[in-house]
Amino acid sequence: MADVLTYVLHYEGAFNKNSLGAVSEGSARAAEIGGECHAVVVGGDDLTDELCQSLGAYGATKVFRAKGPEGLAQPVVDAMAKVIDEHGHGYALFGGGLLGFEIGAGLAARKQAGVTMEVTAVKSRDGKLVAERPILGDSQVSVSQYRGDLGIIIGRINAFEIAEGGEGSAEVVDVDVDYSPWSTKATMVQRGEQRGADVDIEGADILVAGGRGLGKAEGFELAEELAKAFGGNAAVAATRAVVDAGWYPYAAQIGQTGKTVSPKLYLAAGISGAIQHKVGMQSSENIVAINKDANAPIFEFSDLGIVGDLNKIMPKLTDAIKAKKGS
Amino acid sequence: MKICVLVKEVPDAAVVKRINPSTGRMDRSGERNLNPYDTHAIEAAMQIREGGVAEVDEIVAVTMGPETAVRALHKAVSLGADRSIHLCDDALAGSDVAATGYALAKALENEHPDLVLLGQQSDDGECYTIGAVVADHLKMPSLTQVIKMDLDGAALRCERQAEYGYDTVQVELPAVISVGDAINEPRYPSLKAIMGAKKKQLDSVTTVDVGIDAALVGGDGSRVQCGEFHDPPAKAAGQIIEDEDTNDTVEKIVAWLDERKLI
Repeated sequence: MADVLTYVLHYEGAFNKNSLGAVSEGSARAAEIGGECHAVVVGGDDLTDELCQSLGAYGATKVFRAKGPEGLAQPVVDAMAKVIDEHGHGYALFGGGLLGFEIGAGLAARKQAGVTMEVTAVKSRDGKLVAERPILGDSQVSVSQYRGDLGIIIGRINAFEIAEGGEGSAEVVDVDVDYSPWSTKATMVQRGEQRGADVDIEGADILVAGGRGLGKAEGFELAEELAKAFGGNAAVAATRAVVDAGWYPYAAQIGQTGKTVSPKLYLAAGISGAIQHKVGMQSSENIVAINKDANAPIFEFSDLGIVGDLNKIMPKLTDAIKAKKGS
Repeated sequence: MKICVLVKEVPDAAVVKRINPSTGRMDRSGERNLNPYDTHAIEAAMQIREGGVAEVDEIVAVTMGPETAVRALHKAVSLGADRSIHLCDDALAGSDVAATGYALAKALENEHPDLVLLGQQSDDGECYTIGAVVADHLKMPSLTQVIKMDLDGAALRCERQAEYGYDTVQVELPAVISVGDAINEPRYPSLKAIMGAKKKQLDSVTTVDVGIDAALVGGDGSRVQCGEFHDPPAKAAGQIIEDEDTNDTVEKIVAWLDERKLI
């Protein structure tokens, strides 16, 4: 039997969805190996008793609360290492997201533990947990087994479903952490800054998404025209690469660090389909991809793939859809 | 200041990647490229050198890998590194992320860098994690997925996308920073730099040279065992249209969308 420790990220008084997925997953798997699921939270006064207790609804029995800086990984490594030292958890589990990767990796170094990232499924076997992870561009799945006292599992974003079953209220345990000198040498100057216009892509039925293949910021006009032709509830989305390049607003970003969408139609223009993007849109009902590179990974998970020049195809497609709508 | 850049040789994007069934490890025989993300790390180091805020005495490229990995170091030097270190030892083969990060940290320790830079991910496997492992061993602050970095005295002001938007984080040096590809546009090496790369100092070191505990590296020293490789649940292959006559292509797309009541 082994207990599972998860880290739960919060922002402005609410817990992160991927973290809640990790608690749900941790609680289900811990039960299979005769253990409990606990959570660590690190932050300020917004981590109220009530908020922490609410993790009980997702299956956590104990919540270890440490006062510390928010949004940074290394202080959480200190907190989790302390809790694991005192309680002997067998596994540490993280939902998808940037901090989970950083904390899990730091904890692996600190505790000489094995770590698997991008995990899409956790299973119990002979009283232990194993982690399944897609590799080589999702063409194969590898199974990780752990040696030693601690195994670290970092989920892929959206890999773990939130199961809000229990009425339970988690016990809140305050933990005093002596932060490592190097953990306090990074300080948050500004957190959660929104850049660019606010657009709503999560509610759209049809998304026309653009990537680097659009060539330049002005290339998004093609995507906007096409979305407009569809009319109604259609919007334009973007990949991280083009958002970071300043071609399109952050609020429209799909993928690992952006939003997750599942519209009726996802039309990807000039998007190669890297894993980090795929995880944000793969549950779309219909995926259409236009890309000039026939080897682009997106064709492996699109329902309709068009190999060709989007500059030629998109304007004509826009006109054809307008015509169809008009008829 | 001294900057160390961690680099890695990865499979050429055109090479089909596969697991060697007899070893259960990735078949690395087709490897011959510097990880593209690492070229951004070298460029970031060069921009600090050229930025004039701090005097950069040295940029050192560091890699761990088999003998062929010197090619990644040559490329790194052609892009601006002054010299390079190759941690090469059969005892390291099969190291997992935690073991690899530990070994790299030991190699870096002797260099006393003020800043360690690396690419945030590699095409062939472990993403986002190695920097955090290295940092904990070196007892340095770290940040991954950085897309903007400005030197401000003895600290770096870094920006990145996190869960809730863009974060700006001040990191005191020495530090370990992994960068994303949006941070800069790497320059192309000059012919002269490519030709001269092989003449620059390259030190090959072993686990003993840098004080690595052999029990903590290699397949046996790793705490994760990967195996049971299998195919993911199959997804029905989609239809592919090669665009030859665009009018015809568009007609087909519209018909496809119409059939699914998407218009």
